[in-house]
Amino acid sequence: MIKEFRLPDLGEGLTESELVQWRVAEGDEVGLDQIIAEVETAKAMVELPSPHAGVVERLYVPPGTTVNVGEPIIAFRVAGGDEDDDAPQPNLVGYGAVPESNGRPARRPRRHGTAPAPESEPESRPVAEEAERPAPERVRATPPVRRLAEQLGVRLADVNGTGENGLVTRQDVERAAHAAEGGASSPAASGPAAPDAELERIPVTGVRRRTAEAMVASAFTAPHVTMFLTVDVTATMELLERLRTTPEFREVRLTFLAAVAKALCLAVADHPDVNARWAGDEIVRTRAVHLGIAAATPRGLVVPVLRDAQARGLADLARAIMDLAATARAGRTAPADLSGSTITISNVGVFGVDGGTPILNPGEAAILAVGQVAKRPWEWQGGIALRSVTTLSLSIDHRVLDGEQGSRFLAAIGRTLTDPATAFTR
Amino acid sequence: MSHAVAAPRASRTPDSDPALRGAIRILTPAGERRDDPEYGSHVADVGDDELLALYDDMVVVRRIDAEATNLQRQGELALWPPLLGQEAAQIGSARALRSDDFAFTSYRENGVAYCRGVTPAELVPVWRGVTASGWDPYRVGMATPQVIIAAQTLHATGYALGLQYDGSDAAAIAYFGDGATSEGDASEALVFAASYKAPVVFFCQNNHWAISEPVSLQSGSSLAGRAAGFGVPSVTVDGNDVLAVLAVTRAALARARAGGGPSFIEAVTYRMGPHTTADDPTRYRDPEELEAWRRLDPIDRLAAHLSARGVLTDERRAAVTAHAAEVAHEMRAACTGLPEPDPMSLFEHVYTTPHPGIERQKARYARYLDSFEDAR
Repeated sequence: MIKEFRLPDLGEGLTESELVQWRVAEGDEVGLDQIIAEVETAKAMVELPSPHAGVVERLYVPPGTTVNVGEPIIAFRVAGGDEDDDAPQPNLVGYGAVPESNGRPARRPRRHGTAPAPESEPESRPVAEEAERPAPERVRATPPVRRLAEQLGVRLADVNGTGENGLVTRQDVERAAHAAEGGASSPAASGPAAPDAELERIPVTGVRRRTAEAMVASAFTAPHVTMFLTVDVTATMELLERLRTTPEFREVRLTFLAAVAKALCLAVADHPDVNARWAGDEIVRTRAVHLGIAAATPRGLVVPVLRDAQARGLADLARAIMDLAATARAGRTAPADLSGSTITISNVGVFGVDGGTPILNPGEAAILAVGQVAKRPWEWQGGIALRSVTTLSLSIDHRVLDGEQGSRFLAAIGRTLTDPATAFTR
Repeated sequence: MSHAVAAPRASRTPDSDPALRGAIRILTPAGERRDDPEYGSHVADVGDDELLALYDDMVVVRRIDAEATNLQRQGELALWPPLLGQEAAQIGSARALRSDDFAFTSYRENGVAYCRGVTPAELVPVWRGVTASGWDPYRVGMATPQVIIAAQTLHATGYALGLQYDGSDAAAIAYFGDGATSEGDASEALVFAASYKAPVVFFCQNNHWAISEPVSLQSGSSLAGRAAGFGVPSVTVDGNDVLAVLAVTRAALARARAGGGPSFIEAVTYRMGPHTTADDPTRYRDPEELEAWRRLDPIDRLAAHLSARGVLTDERRAAVTAHAAEVAHEMRAACTGLPEPDPMSLFEHVYTTPHPGIERQKARYARYLDSFEDAR
């Protein structure tokens, strides 16, 4: 017997949620209350426990889909009974209204493209006329009858209400619709409009929407200044190469990004003014460096936070970055780990570019974009040699910092990466 | 440098929690039983068997809570307010009550309800939205849960005044949270109870969070300390110590029965879950704070004690787990089998006698329902 499970209202009064991830696959056996999926609502990230014990027959929606409350998301094959679960289910408060296909209130099927859309009276009436005529009282009808009239293209004002005190009843509307059909032939029958072949429309949901909102908020409130520095990082690359063979780093993916994170933390110690945010009538500086690491994930851009980065050694930083990225890509980052960063690094180098003008993570005063590390002809000990070179791009909030502070901070990072031995002097 | 530097967010862990300092504690977090000079005598009769029964209560209530949370995630309940972490506070106090005492609670006291004899099947209909009241208050001696914050403190006080008139030696108990102490109703109830020496116990579960508002923002001093201003004696108890909670509640009830008037108990505990299933505490709560309180888990503490005494054997544990699973199963079956109420039943039980206004509304609503094509 097949049992469908429809997305419930997981908060109070939600109409949709995003299915972030399935934890089961078709054909899997599941137990009652076993976690089957993760769902992100406007209020919380929640886990869905299975309502049945059985076998997963079908997953209706791929991860990343925004699903309306009441839509089926998964079907189970459960033991016992042979009839399928297509009987109308009780109208649970957890589901909101029963979907229309499932029962009450049943209405006639809507005919696409028929009858001109019901004119909206107030707008179509000439202004002068409206001014002269006293506004007519709204025609009396109950909401389901209004809906029916709208669906049938019947103007309620044209219907004679036969109910109590002129109330327009369902029968009145149906009669009016019938009379209209008998009269003028409807332009109808054209069927639904052909889908647009030229355009693809992608609904803006979840991470995309939040990114858009955050970027607009940041770009149009904080005056951005971006500065660039191209540095020879050969010494750092050699150091990383050497460290990778040591026991401490055996289990860790020691990346250039980790080295930049370390250099940034050291630079913050000397330039604490960059680890700050604009708060209207004050500038709030934070002692700890909560480092945001921008990560491209299948769901979009997320910025998980590495807390107290200033207190971590290089191995710890590398490991934490590795874990954060893996968790973020799996879509498993807890909401608490997506907020509270004080400064951010964006590793655009992994996409093979040199730099850019990063937009600040809202509530921060600086963001560093790290470019690709490429072999370049470079001045080296009075001659030209092929060196490992990268470009650092730093955007700052000019309300909080001036060019001088930003430049000194950026130069400090560059110095450490050019000659990592200077970190020893700290 | 004259820049303002924001202090790192102070995370309040139990070790630094001022509310727990000086709280009555009989079972230590490690599960060691100690005597308390003032309250120890109230639980002198509580031995291994009684503690095992309390353990069973706590495990079953936690399972009920988890099952109901799952039922909400599965669309079977509209909402559920989890009590995870507050089992000792609820069960220790509710097990101190006599059957003729009366409890007035907020919506989170499902552990109290269980102890009062509300069946698991009766716990869920209200949260499914199919009834206004899940149980008969007079059968179990517990009013239907109050959603309006702190209103039940007044109901309990009023009921206690009635007990006084009746000459009964029963008592009333009001359960409310830290957030409720900020409400006017709570102050009014304390004033009346003190003035009339009403036999009522004010049982405050300080679970540290009024939805997303930490208790530290609501009160600079201890909640128990507020009672003194009303002339009501108070005590602070480790709310995750079921034995200490039982002891102080017994003492407060004894005082009420003897005509000593109201008492105020602050049980310092922690809401380990969300405010309700519609809430996401990770957005406002430091995960370290939660971790710290997890180490004070009320069930682990009692289990450690009973294990050390050799009475909580593996078999015993398995039996308790099986009991909890059975109760959860019973609740799920009852929940999913609940019939959808007839819309017209809305008008029942509004007045005991016929009422023309209600009759008019009823007739109108029937006509409205008939306007659907597929009428009932």
